[in-house]
Amino acid sequence: MRDFDYAAPESVQQAVQLLSQANGSGRPLAGGTDLIDQVRMRRHEPDLIVDIKRIPELNVLEIGADGFRLGAAVPCWKITSNEDISRQYTALGDSCSIIGGVQIQNRASVGGNLCNSGPAADSIPSLIALEAVCVIMGPDGQREVPVAEFCTGPSTNVLKPGELLVELRFPPRPAHSGSHYRRFIPRNEMDIAVVGVGVSVVLDESGENFVSGRISLGAVAAKPLFAEEASSLLAGRPVNDETLAAAAAAARAIATPIDDMRGTVEFRQHVTGVLTERVLQRAIERARSGEPGSLHP
Amino acid sequence: MAKKQVVSTTINGQQEEFLCEPRQTLLEVLRDVLDMTGTKEGCSNGNCGACTVLLNGRPIDSCLVLAVEVEGAEIETIEGVAPAGGLHPLQTAFLEQAALQCGICTPGFIMQAKALLEQKPNPTEREIRFYLAGNLCRCTGYDKIVRAVQQAATAQQEVQV
Repeated sequence: MRDFDYAAPESVQQAVQLLSQANGSGRPLAGGTDLIDQVRMRRHEPDLIVDIKRIPELNVLEIGADGFRLGAAVPCWKITSNEDISRQYTALGDSCSIIGGVQIQNRASVGGNLCNSGPAADSIPSLIALEAVCVIMGPDGQREVPVAEFCTGPSTNVLKPGELLVELRFPPRPAHSGSHYRRFIPRNEMDIAVVGVGVSVVLDESGENFVSGRISLGAVAAKPLFAEEASSLLAGRPVNDETLAAAAAAARAIATPIDDMRGTVEFRQHVTGVLTERVLQRAIERARSGEPGSLHP
Repeated sequence: MAKKQVVSTTINGQQEEFLCEPRQTLLEVLRDVLDMTGTKEGCSNGNCGACTVLLNGRPIDSCLVLAVEVEGAEIETIEGVAPAGGLHPLQTAFLEQAALQCGICTPGFIMQAKALLEQKPNPTEREIRFYLAGNLCRCTGYDKIVRAVQQAATAQQEVQV
Protein backbone atom coordinates (compact mmCIF):
# COMPACT_ATOMS: atom_id res chain seq x y z
CA MET A 1 0.00 0.00 0.00
CA ARG A 2 1.02 3.61 -0.59
CA ASP A 3 3.10 5.21 2.18
CA PHE A 4 1.29 7.67 4.47
CA ASP A 5 1.50 9.18 7.93
CA TYR A 6 -1.01 8.28 10.61
CA ALA A 7 -2.43 10.41 13.42
CA ALA A 8 -5.06 9.57 16.02
CA PRO A 9 -6.11 12.89 17.58
CA GLU A 10 -8.36 13.03 20.61
CA SER A 11 -10.28 16.21 19.83
CA VAL A 12 -12.30 17.58 16.92
CA GLN A 13 -10.13 20.68 16.92
CA GLN A 14 -6.91 18.67 16.52
CA ALA A 15 -8.46 16.57 13.76
CA VAL A 16 -9.61 19.63 11.83
CA GLN A 17 -6.20 21.24 12.26
CA LEU A 18 -4.42 18.12 10.97
CA LEU A 19 -6.78 17.82 8.00
CA SER A 20 -6.44 21.56 7.20
CA GLN A 21 -2.64 21.43 7.36
CA ALA A 22 -2.64 18.41 5.05
CA ASN A 23 -4.10 20.73 2.41
CA GLY A 24 -6.39 18.23 0.73
CA SER A 25 -4.05 15.24 1.04
CA GLY A 26 -5.46 14.07 4.38
CA ARG A 27 -8.32 11.60 4.78
CA PRO A 28 -10.29 10.83 7.94
CA LEU A 29 -10.42 7.14 8.91
CA ALA A 30 -13.40 5.69 10.78
CA GLY A 31 -14.05 1.98 10.07
CA GLY A 32 -11.75 1.97 7.04
CA THR A 33 -13.86 -0.53 5.12
CA ASP A 34 -14.00 1.80 2.12
CA LEU A 35 -10.91 3.92 2.71
CA ILE A 36 -8.29 1.22 3.20
CA ASP A 37 -9.39 -0.60 0.05
CA GLN A 38 -9.46 2.68 -1.89
CA VAL A 39 -5.94 3.58 -0.81
CA ARG A 40 -4.76 0.10 -1.78
CA MET A 41 -6.44 0.44 -5.18
CA ARG A 42 -5.05 4.02 -5.57
CA ARG A 43 -8.47 5.61 -5.80
CA HIS A 44 -7.26 7.88 -3.00
CA GLU A 45 -3.63 8.85 -2.49
CA PRO A 46 -3.49 10.42 0.96
CA ASP A 47 -0.26 11.56 2.62
CA LEU A 48 -1.96 11.57 6.00
CA ILE A 49 -4.65 9.37 7.50
CA VAL A 50 -6.42 10.84 10.51
CA ASP A 51 -8.02 8.16 12.70
CA ILE A 52 -11.07 9.84 14.22
CA LYS A 53 -12.19 6.99 16.47
CA ARG A 54 -10.50 8.36 19.59
CA ILE A 55 -12.51 11.60 19.51
CA PRO A 56 -15.38 11.53 22.05
CA GLU A 57 -17.78 13.68 19.95
CA LEU A 58 -17.50 11.24 17.05
CA ASN A 59 -18.57 8.34 19.28
CA VAL A 60 -21.74 9.97 20.64
CA LEU A 61 -24.90 7.86 20.54
CA GLU A 62 -27.73 9.60 22.39
CA ILE A 63 -31.49 9.40 22.06
CA GLY A 64 -33.57 11.84 24.06
CA ALA A 65 -36.46 14.30 23.91
CA ASP A 66 -34.47 16.47 21.48
CA GLY A 67 -33.96 13.61 19.03
CA PHE A 68 -31.04 11.37 18.21
CA ARG A 69 -27.36 12.30 17.96
CA LEU A 70 -25.09 9.88 16.15
CA GLY A 71 -21.33 10.46 16.13
CA ALA A 72 -19.81 10.06 12.68
CA ALA A 73 -17.48 7.22 13.76
CA VAL A 74 -20.08 5.00 15.49
CA PRO A 75 -19.92 1.54 13.86
CA CYS A 76 -23.01 -0.20 12.45
CA TRP A 77 -23.08 -2.92 15.12
CA LYS A 78 -23.72 -0.35 17.84
CA ILE A 79 -26.74 0.85 15.89
CA THR A 80 -28.23 -2.57 15.12
CA SER A 81 -27.81 -3.68 18.73
CA ASN A 82 -29.47 -0.56 20.18
CA GLU A 83 -33.14 -1.18 20.97
CA ASP A 84 -34.10 2.50 21.10
CA ILE A 85 -32.78 3.03 17.59
CA SER A 86 -34.49 -0.14 16.33
CA ARG A 87 -37.76 1.06 17.83
CA GLN A 88 -37.66 4.72 16.82
CA TYR A 89 -35.29 5.10 13.89
CA THR A 90 -35.96 1.68 12.45
CA ALA A 91 -34.98 2.43 8.84
CA LEU A 92 -31.43 3.22 9.99
CA GLY A 93 -31.30 -0.11 11.82
CA ASP A 94 -32.50 -1.83 8.63
CA SER A 95 -29.69 -0.16 6.66
CA CYS A 96 -26.97 -0.99 9.17
CA SER A 97 -28.04 -4.64 9.30
CA ILE A 98 -27.34 -5.10 5.57
CA ILE A 99 -24.21 -3.00 4.96
CA GLY A 100 -21.71 -5.74 4.12
CA GLY A 101 -21.52 -8.79 6.36
CA VAL A 102 -20.91 -9.02 10.09
CA GLN A 103 -17.18 -8.26 9.78
CA ILE A 104 -17.92 -5.05 7.87
CA GLN A 105 -20.71 -4.00 10.26
CA ASN A 106 -18.30 -4.37 13.16
CA ARG A 107 -16.11 -1.64 11.66
CA ALA A 108 -18.05 0.47 9.14
CA SER A 109 -19.70 3.67 10.35
CA VAL A 110 -22.77 5.49 9.04
CA GLY A 111 -20.70 8.68 8.90
CA GLY A 112 -18.20 6.90 6.67
CA ASN A 113 -20.94 5.45 4.47
CA LEU A 114 -22.29 8.98 4.00
CA CYS A 115 -18.89 10.62 3.36
CA ASN A 116 -17.94 7.90 0.88
CA SER A 117 -21.04 9.19 -0.95
CA GLY A 118 -21.69 6.14 -3.10
CA PRO A 119 -24.94 6.48 -5.07
CA ALA A 120 -25.98 3.02 -3.79
CA ALA A 121 -24.94 3.57 -0.15
CA ASP A 122 -27.46 1.73 2.02
CA SER A 123 -27.59 4.18 4.92
CA ILE A 124 -28.23 7.38 2.97
CA PRO A 125 -31.89 6.87 1.92
CA SER A 126 -32.67 6.12 5.59
CA LEU A 127 -30.85 9.25 6.75
CA ILE A 128 -32.78 11.34 4.22
CA ALA A 129 -36.14 9.74 5.13
CA LEU A 130 -35.45 10.31 8.84
CA GLU A 131 -34.47 13.97 8.15
CA ALA A 132 -30.92 13.69 9.44
CA VAL A 133 -28.73 16.78 9.43
CA CYS A 134 -24.92 16.72 9.17
CA VAL A 135 -22.94 18.69 11.73
CA ILE A 136 -19.69 19.64 10.03
CA MET A 137 -16.64 21.23 11.66
CA GLY A 138 -14.01 23.00 9.62
CA PRO A 139 -11.27 25.59 9.90
CA ASP A 140 -13.94 28.33 9.63
CA GLY A 141 -16.17 26.84 12.32
CA GLN A 142 -19.28 24.70 12.40
CA ARG A 143 -22.04 24.40 9.83
CA GLU A 144 -25.06 22.18 9.33
CA VAL A 145 -26.21 20.58 6.08
CA PRO A 146 -29.26 18.34 5.66
CA VAL A 147 -28.21 14.87 4.46
CA ALA A 148 -30.56 15.35 1.48
CA GLU A 149 -28.17 18.12 0.29
CA PHE A 150 -24.88 16.50 1.30
CA CYS A 151 -24.00 14.33 -1.71
CA THR A 152 -23.26 16.07 -5.00
CA GLY A 153 -22.47 13.11 -7.27
CA PRO A 154 -20.81 9.70 -7.28
CA SER A 155 -18.21 9.80 -4.43
CA THR A 156 -18.49 13.59 -4.09
CA ASN A 157 -20.09 15.74 -1.42
CA VAL A 158 -20.16 19.24 0.04
CA LEU A 159 -17.20 18.71 2.43
CA LYS A 160 -14.35 21.14 1.74
CA PRO A 161 -10.69 20.33 2.45
CA GLY A 162 -10.13 20.43 6.19
CA GLU A 163 -13.79 19.82 7.03
CA LEU A 164 -14.88 16.87 9.13
CA LEU A 165 -18.33 15.32 9.61
CA VAL A 166 -18.75 15.29 13.39
CA GLU A 167 -22.23 13.92 13.91
CA LEU A 168 -25.67 13.32 12.46
CA ARG A 169 -28.69 14.83 14.22
CA PHE A 170 -32.17 13.43 13.83
CA PRO A 171 -35.38 15.13 14.97
CA PRO A 172 -37.52 13.29 17.55
CA ARG A 173 -39.93 10.73 16.11
CA PRO A 174 -43.60 11.75 16.22
CA ALA A 175 -46.33 9.44 17.55
CA HIS A 176 -47.72 6.92 15.02
CA SER A 177 -44.60 7.01 12.89
CA GLY A 178 -42.76 4.17 11.21
CA SER A 179 -39.81 3.80 8.85
CA HIS A 180 -38.17 1.18 6.68
CA TYR A 181 -35.28 0.70 4.29
CA ARG A 182 -35.06 -2.11 1.80
CA ARG A 183 -32.96 -2.73 -1.27
CA PHE A 184 -33.27 -5.06 -4.23
CA ILE A 185 -30.23 -7.30 -4.77
CA PRO A 186 -29.93 -10.50 -6.77
CA ARG A 187 -28.29 -12.33 -3.84
CA ASN A 188 -29.46 -12.87 -0.26
CA GLU A 189 -26.62 -10.90 1.36
CA MET A 190 -23.42 -8.98 0.73
CA ASP A 191 -24.30 -7.15 -2.48
CA ILE A 192 -24.66 -3.63 -3.83
CA ALA A 193 -28.17 -2.23 -4.08
CA VAL A 194 -29.74 -2.33 -7.56
CA VAL A 195 -32.39 -0.03 -6.10
CA GLY A 196 -32.70 1.05 -2.46
CA VAL A 197 -35.71 2.81 -0.91
CA GLY A 198 -35.91 4.50 2.48
CA VAL A 199 -39.25 5.67 3.82
CA SER A 200 -40.61 7.37 6.91
CA VAL A 201 -44.32 7.88 7.47
CA VAL A 202 -46.40 9.62 10.13
CA LEU A 203 -50.03 8.50 10.41
CA ASP A 204 -52.94 10.09 12.24
CA GLU A 205 -54.38 8.54 15.38
CA SER A 206 -56.75 6.26 13.45
CA GLY A 207 -53.84 4.87 11.42
CA GLU A 208 -55.96 5.34 8.30
CA ASN A 209 -54.48 8.61 7.01
CA PHE A 210 -51.01 9.94 6.35
CA VAL A 211 -50.00 13.06 8.24
CA SER A 212 -46.75 13.18 6.27
CA GLY A 213 -44.16 10.99 4.64
CA ARG A 214 -40.63 11.09 3.27
CA ILE A 215 -39.37 8.84 0.49
CA SER A 216 -35.74 8.59 -0.56
CA LEU A 217 -34.19 6.56 -3.37
CA GLY A 218 -30.72 5.04 -3.70
CA ALA A 219 -28.84 3.57 -6.69
CA VAL A 220 -31.09 5.18 -9.31
CA ALA A 221 -29.23 8.46 -9.89
CA ALA A 222 -25.76 9.98 -9.51
CA LYS A 223 -26.55 10.54 -5.84
CA PRO A 224 -29.20 9.40 -3.37
CA LEU A 225 -32.43 11.32 -4.00
CA PHE A 226 -35.09 12.84 -1.80
CA ALA A 227 -38.31 12.07 -3.69
CA GLU A 228 -39.98 15.37 -2.92
CA GLU A 229 -43.07 15.09 -5.08
CA ALA A 230 -43.70 11.44 -4.15
CA SER A 231 -43.39 12.42 -0.48
CA SER A 232 -45.81 15.33 -0.82
CA LEU A 233 -48.38 13.00 -2.43
CA LEU A 234 -48.69 11.19 0.92
CA ALA A 235 -49.45 14.18 3.15
CA GLY A 236 -53.09 14.29 4.23
CA ARG A 237 -54.12 11.36 2.03
CA PRO A 238 -55.84 8.16 3.14
CA VAL A 239 -53.69 5.07 3.49
CA ASN A 240 -54.88 3.02 0.52
CA ASP A 241 -53.62 1.39 -2.65
CA GLU A 242 -54.37 4.48 -4.72
CA THR A 243 -52.23 6.77 -2.56
CA LEU A 244 -49.36 4.29 -2.52
CA ALA A 245 -49.55 3.79 -6.28
CA ALA A 246 -49.48 7.55 -6.88
CA ALA A 247 -46.42 7.98 -4.65
CA ALA A 248 -44.69 5.02 -6.29
CA ALA A 249 -45.34 6.44 -9.77
CA ALA A 250 -43.89 9.81 -8.72
CA ALA A 251 -40.83 8.09 -7.22
CA ARG A 252 -40.35 6.06 -10.37
CA ALA A 253 -40.55 9.21 -12.50
CA ILE A 254 -37.43 10.76 -10.92
CA ALA A 255 -35.29 7.61 -11.24
CA THR A 256 -32.55 8.17 -13.83
CA PRO A 257 -30.47 5.03 -13.26
CA ILE A 258 -27.54 3.61 -15.18
CA ASP A 259 -27.41 0.38 -17.13
CA ASP A 260 -24.97 -2.14 -15.69
CA MET A 261 -24.55 -5.83 -14.95
CA ARG A 262 -26.91 -5.50 -11.97
CA GLY A 263 -29.84 -4.16 -13.98
CA THR A 264 -30.98 -2.21 -16.99
CA VAL A 265 -32.44 1.29 -16.84
CA GLU A 266 -35.94 -0.09 -17.48
CA PHE A 267 -35.59 -2.77 -14.79
CA ARG A 268 -34.31 -0.31 -12.19
CA GLN A 269 -37.13 2.13 -12.91
CA HIS A 270 -39.68 -0.65 -12.59
CA VAL A 271 -38.16 -1.88 -9.34
CA THR A 272 -38.17 1.69 -7.98
CA GLY A 273 -41.96 1.74 -8.20
CA VAL A 274 -42.47 -1.76 -6.82
CA LEU A 275 -40.06 -1.26 -3.96
CA THR A 276 -41.49 2.14 -3.03
CA GLU A 277 -44.93 0.58 -2.52
CA ARG A 278 -43.56 -2.36 -0.53
CA VAL A 279 -41.36 -0.23 1.69
CA LEU A 280 -44.28 2.14 2.33
CA GLN A 281 -46.43 -0.84 3.34
CA ARG A 282 -43.85 -2.03 5.85
CA ALA A 283 -43.37 1.47 7.28
CA ILE A 284 -47.16 1.76 7.65
CA GLU A 285 -47.32 -1.59 9.48
CA ARG A 286 -44.64 -0.37 11.84
CA ALA A 287 -46.40 2.97 12.40
CA ARG A 288 -49.68 1.20 13.17
CA SER A 289 -48.29 -1.45 15.48
CA GLY A 290 -45.61 0.64 17.16
CA GLU A 291 -43.43 -2.45 16.79
CA PRO A 292 -40.37 -2.49 14.54
CA GLY A 293 -40.43 -6.28 14.04
CA SER A 294 -37.24 -7.79 12.76
CA LEU A 295 -34.78 -5.41 11.14
CA HIS A 296 -33.90 -7.58 8.23
CA PRO A 297 -36.85 -7.83 5.79
CA MET B 1 8.90 6.99 4.39
CA ALA B 2 6.52 7.43 7.31
CA LYS B 3 8.06 6.72 10.68
CA LYS B 4 7.55 3.26 12.11
CA GLN B 5 5.42 3.10 15.23
CA VAL B 6 5.45 0.86 18.27
CA VAL B 7 2.10 -0.78 18.89
CA SER B 8 1.18 -2.64 22.11
CA THR B 9 -1.64 -5.16 22.00
CA THR B 10 -2.77 -8.40 23.53
CA ILE B 11 -2.82 -11.27 21.04
CA ASN B 12 -4.36 -14.55 22.16
CA GLY B 13 -3.93 -13.47 25.77
CA GLN B 14 -0.24 -12.59 25.40
CA GLN B 15 1.10 -9.06 25.61
CA GLU B 16 2.70 -8.21 22.26
CA GLU B 17 4.65 -5.19 21.10
CA PHE B 18 5.53 -4.75 17.47
CA LEU B 19 6.99 -2.15 15.16
CA CYS B 20 5.12 -1.29 11.96
CA GLU B 21 4.61 1.29 9.26
CA PRO B 22 1.23 3.09 9.20
CA ARG B 23 0.50 1.54 5.80
CA GLN B 24 0.77 -2.04 7.06
CA THR B 25 -2.50 -3.78 7.72
CA LEU B 26 -3.17 -5.92 10.77
CA LEU B 27 -3.15 -8.92 8.41
CA GLU B 28 0.34 -8.07 7.11
CA VAL B 29 1.69 -7.57 10.61
CA LEU B 30 0.21 -10.82 11.91
CA ARG B 31 1.68 -12.80 9.03
CA ASP B 32 4.91 -11.00 8.11
CA VAL B 33 6.02 -9.33 11.35
CA LEU B 34 4.72 -11.72 14.01
CA ASP B 35 4.98 -14.91 11.88
CA MET B 36 1.44 -15.89 12.78
CA THR B 37 0.52 -17.30 9.40
CA GLY B 38 -2.65 -19.09 10.49
CA THR B 39 -4.65 -16.04 9.40
CA LYS B 40 -4.95 -16.19 5.61
CA GLU B 41 -5.01 -13.54 2.91
CA GLY B 42 -7.79 -14.01 0.36
CA CYS B 43 -9.16 -11.03 -1.55
CA SER B 44 -7.62 -8.26 0.57
CA ASN B 45 -10.65 -6.06 0.03
CA GLY B 46 -13.15 -7.22 2.63
CA ASN B 47 -15.24 -9.57 0.52
CA CYS B 48 -13.98 -13.05 1.41
CA GLY B 49 -13.45 -13.10 5.19
CA ALA B 50 -10.38 -15.40 5.00
CA CYS B 51 -8.45 -12.93 7.20
CA THR B 52 -11.14 -12.76 9.92
CA VAL B 53 -9.78 -12.27 13.45
CA LEU B 54 -11.51 -11.04 16.60
CA LEU B 55 -10.77 -7.44 17.58
CA ASN B 56 -11.98 -6.72 21.11
CA GLY B 57 -14.19 -9.80 20.79
CA ARG B 58 -15.80 -8.88 17.47
CA PRO B 59 -14.91 -10.46 14.13
CA ILE B 60 -13.39 -8.12 11.56
CA ASP B 61 -11.49 -8.44 8.28
CA SER B 62 -7.86 -7.89 9.29
CA CYS B 63 -7.02 -6.76 5.74
CA LEU B 64 -9.19 -3.67 6.37
CA VAL B 65 -7.56 -2.64 9.66
CA LEU B 66 -4.33 -0.69 9.93
CA ALA B 67 -2.02 -2.31 12.44
CA VAL B 68 -1.43 1.10 14.10
CA GLU B 69 -5.15 1.21 14.91
CA VAL B 70 -4.98 -1.76 17.29
CA GLU B 71 -2.96 0.02 19.98
CA GLY B 72 -4.35 -1.18 23.32
CA ALA B 73 -6.73 -3.67 21.69
CA GLU B 74 -7.28 -7.37 22.30
CA ILE B 75 -6.88 -9.64 19.31
CA GLU B 76 -7.72 -13.28 18.94
CA THR B 77 -6.48 -15.32 15.99
CA ILE B 78 -6.83 -18.94 14.88
CA GLU B 79 -3.58 -19.72 16.74
CA GLY B 80 -5.36 -19.04 20.04
CA VAL B 81 -8.41 -21.19 19.44
CA ALA B 82 -7.27 -24.72 20.33
CA PRO B 83 -6.67 -25.57 23.99
CA ALA B 84 -3.22 -27.03 24.75
CA GLY B 85 -2.94 -30.55 23.33
CA GLY B 86 -6.48 -30.58 21.94
CA LEU B 87 -8.91 -29.06 19.51
CA HIS B 88 -11.73 -26.55 19.87
CA PRO B 89 -15.20 -28.12 19.30
CA LEU B 90 -15.43 -26.13 16.05
CA GLN B 91 -12.15 -27.57 14.83
CA THR B 92 -13.28 -31.10 15.69
CA ALA B 93 -16.60 -30.53 13.94
CA PHE B 94 -14.94 -29.10 10.81
CA LEU B 95 -12.77 -32.23 10.60
CA GLU B 96 -15.59 -34.68 11.27
CA GLN B 97 -17.98 -32.99 8.83
CA ALA B 98 -15.20 -32.57 6.21
CA ALA B 99 -16.06 -28.87 6.16
CA LEU B 100 -12.91 -27.95 4.25
CA GLN B 101 -10.92 -28.95 1.22
CA CYS B 102 -8.17 -26.48 0.38
CA GLY B 103 -8.38 -24.92 3.83
CA ILE B 104 -7.61 -21.30 2.96
CA CYS B 105 -11.00 -20.05 4.16
CA THR B 106 -11.08 -22.27 7.24
CA PRO B 107 -9.33 -20.08 9.85
CA GLY B 108 -11.67 -17.23 8.92
CA PHE B 109 -14.74 -19.47 9.15
CA ILE B 110 -13.64 -20.84 12.53
CA MET B 111 -13.12 -17.34 13.96
CA GLN B 112 -16.44 -16.12 12.58
CA ALA B 113 -18.31 -19.22 13.81
CA LYS B 114 -16.64 -18.89 17.22
CA ALA B 115 -17.91 -15.33 17.52
CA LEU B 116 -21.40 -16.48 16.49
CA LEU B 117 -21.54 -19.26 19.09
CA GLU B 118 -20.31 -16.92 21.80
CA GLN B 119 -23.16 -14.54 20.94
CA LYS B 120 -25.81 -17.20 20.13
CA PRO B 121 -24.99 -20.66 21.52
CA ASN B 122 -27.87 -22.31 19.65
CA PRO B 123 -28.28 -20.54 16.28
CA THR B 124 -30.77 -21.57 13.61
CA GLU B 125 -29.51 -22.61 10.19
CA ARG B 126 -30.66 -19.26 8.78
CA GLU B 127 -28.77 -17.39 11.52
CA ILE B 128 -25.64 -19.41 10.79
CA ARG B 129 -25.86 -18.71 7.07
CA PHE B 130 -26.39 -14.97 7.53
CA TYR B 131 -23.66 -14.67 10.15
CA LEU B 132 -21.21 -16.46 7.86
CA ALA B 133 -22.25 -14.44 4.77
CA GLY B 134 -19.00 -12.47 4.92
CA ASN B 135 -16.91 -15.63 4.54
CA LEU B 136 -16.49 -17.21 1.13
CA CYS B 137 -15.58 -20.85 0.40
CA ARG B 138 -14.99 -22.12 -3.12
CA CYS B 139 -14.70 -25.82 -2.20
CA THR B 140 -17.45 -27.04 0.08
CA GLY B 141 -20.65 -25.44 -1.16
CA TYR B 142 -21.21 -24.30 2.46
CA ASP B 143 -23.54 -27.12 3.56
CA LYS B 144 -20.75 -29.00 5.30
CA ILE B 145 -19.62 -25.82 7.04
CA VAL B 146 -23.14 -25.12 8.28
CA ARG B 147 -23.42 -28.71 9.56
CA ALA B 148 -20.06 -28.37 11.31
CA VAL B 149 -21.21 -25.21 13.09
CA GLN B 150 -24.43 -26.97 14.13
CA GLN B 151 -22.42 -29.93 15.45
CA ALA B 152 -20.09 -27.65 17.41
CA ALA B 153 -23.06 -25.78 18.89
CA THR B 154 -24.58 -29.06 20.07
CA ALA B 155 -21.21 -30.28 21.41
CA GLN B 156 -20.61 -27.07 23.35
CA GLN B 157 -24.07 -27.20 24.89
CA GLU B 158 -23.60 -30.84 25.94
CA VAL B 159 -20.36 -29.88 27.68
CA GLN B 160 -22.17 -27.12 29.58
CA VAL B 161 -25.07 -29.42 30.66
